[in-house]
Amino acid sequence: MILNLKKLTLRSVNEKLQNIDRKKNKRDFIISNPEGNHAICAGLTENIDVTIKGHVGYYCAGMNQNANIIVDGNVGTGVAENMMSGKVHVKGNASQSAGATAHGGTLIIDGDASSRCGISMKGIDIIVKGSVGHMSAFMAQSGNLVVCGNAGEALGDSLYETDIYVKGKVKSLGADCEEKKMSKKHKTKLKELLKKAGSNIKPEQFKRYGSARKLYNFNIDNVSNY
Amino acid sequence: MCGIVGIYLKSKKFEKSLGGMLSKMLVSMESRGPDSAGFAIYNSDKNKIYKYSVCLNEMSFEKFKKEIKKKVKFTTIEKNSDHVILKSNKKPNKMLPILEDFSTISLVGYGKSIEIFKQVGKPSNIVKKFNLNNFSGTHAIGHTRMATESAITTDGSHPYSTGEDECLVHNGSLSNHNNLRRKLKKRGSKFSSDNDTEVAAGYISDSLKKRNLKKTLNKGLNDLDGFYTFIAGTHSGFAVLRDEIACKPAVIAETKDYVAISSEFQAMAHLPNVNNAKIFEPEPGIVYSWGK
Repeated sequence: MILNLKKLTLRSVNEKLQNIDRKKNKRDFIISNPEGNHAICAGLTENIDVTIKGHVGYYCAGMNQNANIIVDGNVGTGVAENMMSGKVHVKGNASQSAGATAHGGTLIIDGDASSRCGISMKGIDIIVKGSVGHMSAFMAQSGNLVVCGNAGEALGDSLYETDIYVKGKVKSLGADCEEKKMSKKHKTKLKELLKKAGSNIKPEQFKRYGSARKLYNFNIDNVSNY
Repeated sequence: MCGIVGIYLKSKKFEKSLGGMLSKMLVSMESRGPDSAGFAIYNSDKNKIYKYSVCLNEMSFEKFKKEIKKKVKFTTIEKNSDHVILKSNKKPNKMLPILEDFSTISLVGYGKSIEIFKQVGKPSNIVKKFNLNNFSGTHAIGHTRMATESAITTDGSHPYSTGEDECLVHNGSLSNHNNLRRKLKKRGSKFSSDNDTEVAAGYISDSLKKRNLKKTLNKGLNDLDGFYTFIAGTHSGFAVLRDEIACKPAVIAETKDYVAISSEFQAMAHLPNVNNAKIFEPEPGIVYSWGK
């Protein structure tokens, strides 16, 4: 079913996708003419497929559960923010805070993501085929961030237990983030994540970064780091 | 919040529709800035005539016309709502003191190519009020304001122009503007409001006396403390700069005919051939410029 945002209101499109007709059980949707609108496909809960044909604005696919959403264009701030499950695939570039605070699901970005990608992520897997901007994975708590390009300044600042994999250069690491050993377990996991994103880059080409766990609890010796 | 927009035309193809293009961009940024709006539009500077953009505020057009004619012989006075454009071959060093004698009006900009219009109200009303759709030009910059740093007045609206054919729009807030204003005042700069952006505009004008726009903005990275995405215009083009934290958004679309910048992509969604444009976010702390 094609939903044309030039003819329909954003609210009616989101309502339709949030309350699909179970009797008809049509689960394939195309959204045309998104024209940079915000909050497209926010709050979906069903296992449906949605393809958005064009560039979208902020918070696209926010709070997603179960839905499989493809954006054939660029996305604005906070794509898939607070996603719980499902999959979001961005074919272009993403603005800042992609996958912010998301608990689960998979976010794939074919292009670059700008600053604060995966900020405070809580279990989501994010695979960026390009590069990420500064402060990515800031205060990230759980899940995986895979970057096939380079990472900007202060990667993984104040990191908890997210695993970060970067193939290219890291401009600088944030407070309490350090390079870690890549064990067999991590290579297997990374291979699985890359496969999900349709990439056949070898896990051996990546470096793994994680928390040094020195800032978990307040320690007066670390006061200059806070 | 606040919304900022700009278009620089690389070819003559869209010169006649520049006003219409900018108008739609401003209206779509109304949600980011419903308090006031303004725009600077640059047109050919081939002739040597100066254009002085004046907001009349409470003064009537007839009274102003009568008063100014006593002091200066003009080639033309064009009225556009509560603004007038005075066209004269009188140079700014002679003309500015004359205009300053009018206590109730505000000079909002001057130069050989720039015209500035700004006013309190919703952007959709402002663009209608000044008939922005009818303007043509080579490049243009606009702003929709959600006031944070100073009052909702014409003087508090953007763009700010503090030098010949110069203007600045700003999304963000500066934290060291009071100190910087004092320093610039000592150096001879004049300010008409308490607004932080006006200080940044004054800083840029002061620096442009010694260096080009790109070097000026690079120096600004050290001297201007706060959050910002700036678009700074000159007679030949404009430059864009985001602070190094880059909390304030910006997206650029470039085609063979134009470069457009806005706070959000939706402001550019109506531009011709935009879906085939090269679309990117300006990186933090990097100056991007078009034109000379």
